[in-house]
Amino acid sequence: MNEIEATITVNGTRLTRRIEPRTHLIDFLREELGLTGSHVACEHGVCGACTVRVDGEIRRGCLTLAVQADGRTVDTVEGLSDSGELAVLQQAFHERNALQCGYCTPGMLLTAQALIREQPAATRDEIREFLSGNLCRCTGYQAIVDAIETVLRMPRKEVAR
Amino acid sequence: MKPSAFAYARPRALEEAFALLEKHGDNAKLLAGGQSLVASLNMRLAAPGILVDIGALAGLEGIALKGKTLVIGARTTHRAIERSEIVARHAPLLAQAAPHIAHVAIRNAGTLGGSLALADPAAEWPACCVALEATIVLASKKGERRIAAAEFFRDLYTTALGAGELITAVEIPCAAPEERHAFVELARRRGDYAIVGLAARARVRNAVLAGLRLVFLGVGVTPVLASGAMAALEGRTADDAALRAAQAALDRDLAPSADLYTSAQAKRHMAGVLVARAAAALAG
Repeated sequence: MNEIEATITVNGTRLTRRIEPRTHLIDFLREELGLTGSHVACEHGVCGACTVRVDGEIRRGCLTLAVQADGRTVDTVEGLSDSGELAVLQQAFHERNALQCGYCTPGMLLTAQALIREQPAATRDEIREFLSGNLCRCTGYQAIVDAIETVLRMPRKEVAR
Repeated sequence: MKPSAFAYARPRALEEAFALLEKHGDNAKLLAGGQSLVASLNMRLAAPGILVDIGALAGLEGIALKGKTLVIGARTTHRAIERSEIVARHAPLLAQAAPHIAHVAIRNAGTLGGSLALADPAAEWPACCVALEATIVLASKKGERRIAAAEFFRDLYTTALGAGELITAVEIPCAAPEERHAFVELARRRGDYAIVGLAARARVRNAVLAGLRLVFLGVGVTPVLASGAMAALEGRTADDAALRAAQAALDRDLAPSADLYTSAQAKRHMAGVLVARAAAALAG
């Protein structure tokens, strides 16, 4: 099947590739670009392990075709780690032991960061609701909610550093 | 799971999209946000020959007020509707329903037009559009036509969309000053499809309900107008006697089928619970 040329800015780097239309964004990032931080699990939009940002908003990497990202900006856990944007959250996940097996963590971090930006006054219930699209099969979620709550309750200056 | 191979086109103008639809017929599928379509491709429930991505077409996105009509472009995302102050003011039903649609990452991509075109019987937007007496604007090579939402949903995943047609916008009459809206649903988990949901709308004066519209989702192959329950509540307050009458009327209004998890009887019970919740919210 014919490949399509697409130009995508991934973690700040603009690149042009020929992509088979059926390639998911998440597989393009992982297999073509070697960005294996975002994970693949359910592949039908249920689990959130593949969460990435497209034009600044979180998306399912398995429900987005890579060719749909043509002309757009994509950010992954690697880019947001390097930029330091996730540093406070990552530290809180570490301190609260919110990783367990770690498979869901990249998706959790991106979703949690979206919550921190959009609902800085979120309650524990609202944190759980916002995270409802990210499944952790180690179960519990308690430590994850604790870590996010820790960041939300910090003075804003520290969070934004 | 990975989709089977397909060709892909990203038209820049409507005419180009119409030409592609004409050329490929049933072999083509329109791609908007892709939040249902890509999942069904992944599971190989669908295997179109070509996807026509309408993501680059101008003029299909946005929320605007035109006189007393709220016009929402077909490619407007669930999230944009959820966040819109204009929607909250003039069609609060949509603002209430939006957070029930899947999860944030999906609402950031999924679109109003995509949801209407798919016509999933458990989806929120079709029931809301019927409750709001919205008009759906369709375009094809032959031009534009408008159809009432109540006429648009024909059967399970089946709409009035003809060959070569696509949805461009939805027109919604702005809520009148005395009008109130309530959206309620019951799901097994947050973000799951509703088992039963209800989009409700009425004019309310001194807690008396008038001009009711009660539209259920999840209990039929299309959104279901509960005309018996509407009549039972018309001109009444949401008192116990009126609610019991409305709940009794639902037995005739609704004929839900059992699914893997929920019996028809349980769905009827849930519908009754939702009528009471919605009526209380409208009257309160």
